[in-house]
Amino acid sequence: MNAYIICLYAILERESLRFVGQRGRFVAALVRPLVWLLVFAAGFRAALGLSITPPYETYITYEVYIVPGLCGMIQLFNGMQSSLSLVYDREMGSMRLLLTSPMPRWWLLFCKLLAGVTISIFQVYAFLAIAAAFGIVLPWAGYLLALPALVISGLTLGALGLALSSIIRQLENFAGVMNFVIFPMFFLSSALYPLWRMAESSVLLRDICAVNPFTHAVELIRFALYAEVNGPALGWTLLALTVFMALALWGYDPARGLIRRKG
Amino acid sequence: MMRTILAASLLTLAAPAGAAEIWVSNEKDDTISVIDVETLEVVRTIPTGERPRGITFSQDYSRLYICASDSDTVQVMDPETGEILHDLPSGEDPEQFVLHPNDRHLYIANEDDAVTTVVDTETRKVIAQINVGIEPEGMAVSPDGKIVITTSETTNMAHWIDTESKSIFANTLVDSRPRHAEFIKEGGELWVSSEIGGTITVFNVADQSEVAKIRFEVQGVHEDRVQPVGFEFTADEKRAFVALGPSNHVAVVNAETFEVEKYILVGRRVWHMDFSPDRSLLFTTNGVSGDVTVIDVAALEPIKTIKVGRFPWGAAARP
Repeated sequence: MNAYIICLYAILERESLRFVGQRGRFVAALVRPLVWLLVFAAGFRAALGLSITPPYETYITYEVYIVPGLCGMIQLFNGMQSSLSLVYDREMGSMRLLLTSPMPRWWLLFCKLLAGVTISIFQVYAFLAIAAAFGIVLPWAGYLLALPALVISGLTLGALGLALSSIIRQLENFAGVMNFVIFPMFFLSSALYPLWRMAESSVLLRDICAVNPFTHAVELIRFALYAEVNGPALGWTLLALTVFMALALWGYDPARGLIRRKG
Repeated sequence: MMRTILAASLLTLAAPAGAAEIWVSNEKDDTISVIDVETLEVVRTIPTGERPRGITFSQDYSRLYICASDSDTVQVMDPETGEILHDLPSGEDPEQFVLHPNDRHLYIANEDDAVTTVVDTETRKVIAQINVGIEPEGMAVSPDGKIVITTSETTNMAHWIDTESKSIFANTLVDSRPRHAEFIKEGGELWVSSEIGGTITVFNVADQSEVAKIRFEVQGVHEDRVQPVGFEFTADEKRAFVALGPSNHVAVVNAETFEVEKYILVGRRVWHMDFSPDRSLLFTTNGVSGDVTVIDVAALEPIKTIKVGRFPWGAAARP
């Protein structure tokens, strides 16, 4: 058991060191949602239209609406960046070293995942603090209750990143991930517009959004930030976590996985 | 959610037992929605005459007076049973009114007739009709009952009526389409809102001179949509809350410096408002979105929006 903890600690420490070392990455992780919040949302202040959807109890400005979506965005990018780092590690060899450790592979991957989630949660709270400084203050209980939601959503998005990293051969392919994973997931979700708004333009788009796991991760965070639990979103997110994790484990299994197939 | 619970629990501490209510007239539904101040839910919906707009309670809250504009009458309702007791003669198209401190005389603005009608609620007779400007709307009475104000939407004037002689003793120009008027400082100061002009004019009552003009500017909203209508003062009269119509915001105005401190987002086309009896909560009627937004007066934050009937117009608190 002790060995498991040591392994977890070592991976956490390595990832933290890497994160601290890459100040640019931290700044980028914060600037991205802040640009959305302070520039994009400002231009669309009135675009949301007026309708009260749970968990909100009164009318809100667009800035308030997109905060949970931007928390999800931070975790989505972070999940993908962790996967990028795995590709890098694999190219540079430290990944091979890690995977030859006597620890079970699922534990290694889980530690890697957990390290990524920890960093993403740190980024999310930094973002929420800046948002609060700009007047977007949430109920205090929401800040606390968002933590478990962020852990679940972070694990889900991180697991997706892990699954993807098992099929990406080179660093350069990350642009593909941006185009085919991050952008569709982000835009086809409730992060920027509520689903009723999507339905106004296209019911099909709304349905795609409704099955997108990112939508449910965002809704889970959104309700948690207002100290409420969204049961269906929690269920969907946990289901997605299970599927992505299974895919990642399968992808990294040297006997059957995609690594072997690529040779 | 937590904030609501907090506000509700504070309210339970502050309010005496026996739930206070906010009564809201729904212009298009011909009903009144009654909101429980503790649960912040609609507990009763009562039918009224056609197009109810201004509503006010008698001093002992045993009677509710309703301007049923399209029925051309002022209805008197028993708030316990919701039954219409009788109608009062009101002149045509009564829109707004004010109850004199004597608890007996109603001063009614007759929008289509350019008159202010004075009705005795006991004898149920019209005791005077005063010619005022075109489309009278806003009504106010000074606390000592000596002065009644009628504002006329098209003439753009506040008409100062001497309640003794029932005649106009002064007229003051205000900005375009004056909608609402209120006295503060024991009748020393009069505020008049102008919907199209986008201002509130503050008068010194003693000599009817203009003291200040308050302007509004809501970030991201075109100035044409910033239209001040109803407004109310906190108990200490240090702050005014001003409904800004289709800008969907309520302005918080410092009543001493006449500066706007904050804009609070509410529903669409916010029109009138009233405080809960303990003045800890403010209820605004949002006409187009058909709901009432509840504002925490201490925190200056909206806490909940409650669906009522179509086109809510007036609001009145009942302890």
